[in-house]
Amino acid sequence: MRSVHLTKALTLAAVMAIAAGCSSTGSRSDSGAVSGTGGDTSAYGVGTGTGVTPGSWEEVATLKNVFYFEFDRAVVRPEFFADLEGHARYLAGNPSARVRLDGHTDERGTREYNMALGERRAQAVERLLLVNGANASQIETVSYGEERPAVAGNHEGAWSQNRRVELRYLSR
Amino acid sequence: MVMQMLKRFICALIVFFSSGLMAQQLVVEVTQGVDSPVPVAVAPFSWAGESALAEDVAAIVSQNLGRSGFFRSMNRQNMLSFPDREEQVFFRDWRMMNQDYLVIGRIQPHSGDEVKITFELYDVLKEQRLLTREVSAGRNNLRDAAHFISDVVFEELTGIKGAFSTRIVYVTSDSRDAQNRRYRLHMADWDGERSRTVLESNEPILSPAWSFDGSKLAYVSFETTRPVIYIQHLATGQREQIQSFPGLNGAPAWSPDGNKLAMVLSKDGNPEIYVLDLRTRALDRMTQNSAIDTEPFWSPDGRSLFFTSDRGGSPQIYRMDLASRAVERVTYEGSYNARGRLTQDGRFLTMVHRGSSRRFQIAVQDLKSGRLDILTNSDYDESPSIAPNGSIVMYATQDNGRGILAAVSLDGRIRFNMPIPQGDVREPAWSPFLK
Repeated sequence: MRSVHLTKALTLAAVMAIAAGCSSTGSRSDSGAVSGTGGDTSAYGVGTGTGVTPGSWEEVATLKNVFYFEFDRAVVRPEFFADLEGHARYLAGNPSARVRLDGHTDERGTREYNMALGERRAQAVERLLLVNGANASQIETVSYGEERPAVAGNHEGAWSQNRRVELRYLSR
Repeated sequence: MVMQMLKRFICALIVFFSSGLMAQQLVVEVTQGVDSPVPVAVAPFSWAGESALAEDVAAIVSQNLGRSGFFRSMNRQNMLSFPDREEQVFFRDWRMMNQDYLVIGRIQPHSGDEVKITFELYDVLKEQRLLTREVSAGRNNLRDAAHFISDVVFEELTGIKGAFSTRIVYVTSDSRDAQNRRYRLHMADWDGERSRTVLESNEPILSPAWSFDGSKLAYVSFETTRPVIYIQHLATGQREQIQSFPGLNGAPAWSPDGNKLAMVLSKDGNPEIYVLDLRTRALDRMTQNSAIDTEPFWSPDGRSLFFTSDRGGSPQIYRMDLASRAVERVTYEGSYNARGRLTQDGRFLTMVHRGSSRRFQIAVQDLKSGRLDILTNSDYDESPSIAPNGSIVMYATQDNGRGILAAVSLDGRIRFNMPIPQGDVREPAWSPFLK
C-alpha cells in the first residue's frame, strides 16, 4: 500500500517536474495576522494517544511540517513522501482546511535567483499534495528565498537547515 | 640628522597608531597594483570662525579621493606644513614628499549659519595653480560641500565626472532575535555616512532600485506576508503598490526613460521577465520557457534587456534585443553568473560569478573584448552596484558572519569596507547623478 503510494508520488512528481510551469500557486492570502514558522499545531489543541485515525487532525499533529532540500535542487526527498501524503489525506478529507507553503533557500547565490528557487521548492511540495488528493484552492505558496534563514551561519550545518519548505495550516 | 630621524620615527608612530584606530571603521586594502594611483595631498582647511566645525572637510575630500582608486591620499601626519593660501605653499616640500597634486582650503564664517569655503588645487610638479573655487554651505551641510569639492577636484584631474555627491540605498536586517527580525531600507551618502531609514518592516525588504532621475525607488516588500513591488517617491515618501500577483513579484528594474519597469512574475507558474508600462499599465511578457528567468536590467540605451536564466543548465546572463526579441547568451566563463549590472557606457558588465574556486565573487566582463576579471577575494560577495561614473563597484559581502558593504574600483585596484554599523547589511544600490 505504502510503496504503491510512493511509486505513484515519485512518478507524478517527476512528470510534474518536467512539465513545470503548469501548476497553480493557489489564491492570495488575506490573513496577514498569521505568523510564525512551521505548523504551530499546538494552537489547535493536539490530541494524544497512539492509534491516531488516518486523515484525522490528530494524525496531522504527528507529521513533519518542515521539508529539507539539497543544494540548488527543488526535488522533494523520498523520506518526506509519507508525511506529505498524510497532510494531503487530511486536506482531501477536510475541504475547508487550507495550508501555506513557505519556500526557503540557503544564503548562497543571488537573492532574486533564490526567490525563484524557493518558489520551485514550495511548488514541488504543492505538487506532491495535489497528486495525493489535496485541492489547488487549499494551498498557497510563497517564496522567501534566502531572506528568512532558520539558522545563522555560513557552513553546511546551517545551510542544510535553511533549504526548506515550511508547511502550516491557515485553517483546519 | 638625528632630529630628522627622530621626527620620522615619531611620524611613523603616529601613522601606526592612527591607522590602528582607523582599522576599526574602515579597511582600505590595495590589491592588484596595475599602475600606481596618483599621489595627492589635501591639507587641513583652516577655520576662521568661533566654535569648532562639525566636520573635517579636508579629511572627507582626502578620503573620497583615496577611495576612488585613482588617487593615493597623503596622510596629513606626514605633511610638513598646512598651507591655506598660495603664499604658504612651498612646492619643494610637497615634491620632496612625492606628491603630484595639492589641495588647500580655508573656511570663513559667512552669514548666519553659512560658511564660505575657498579651495585651491595645485600641480606640484609644474608649480601651478589649476583652480580656485568658492562654495558656500550651511554649517550642518559641510558633508555636501566636501563631496562637492571632491567632485570638482576629481573631474579636474581625471576628466571623469565625480560621483561623491551621489547616494546609496541598502537593506539591513536586525538579527539579534531570530524570531523578530526588523528589516530596514536605508539611504545614505555614497560613503555610508548620514544614513536614514526609508522603510521599516517585520517582513523582508529586497531588491531596491533607483529610477534613472533619482526621484523614486522601486523595491520588493513582504509587509503583507507576500512579495509585492512598490514604488516610493523620495521627495514625499508617497508609495504606490505596483504589482501583487500570486507567486513571485520581484527584481524591479527601471527603464532609462523612467516609463517602464522590468520585473519577474511567476503568476503563470514559472518565473518570467515582464515589462510593465507605468503610463498605460500594460504588461508585456518577455520570456517564455520552463527555466528560471529573473534579475532583469536594461542597457543604458534602453534597447536591450539583460537577465539571469538557468535555461542552459546553470544560471548565466543573457541579453534580449527588445526590437527583435532575439536572445543571446552573454556569459560563458564559470558555473554561475547572475545579478548583472552595466556601466553607463554599456561596456562593462559586473555580476556575481562562481568559477573554479567555487566562491561567489564579483567579476567584471568587458563586453567588447569578452575578457572577464574577478574583482573581489572572499566567498560570499553579491549585489554589485556601479557608481554612475563607472569608477567603483559597491557590493555586499560578509565579515565574521555579518553582512557588510564593501567597494572595489572597477580596475580591482582599491578595495575597502563601508563603515555601516547597523545589523546585517546587504543589497547596496547606487543612485544616478543627483541634481
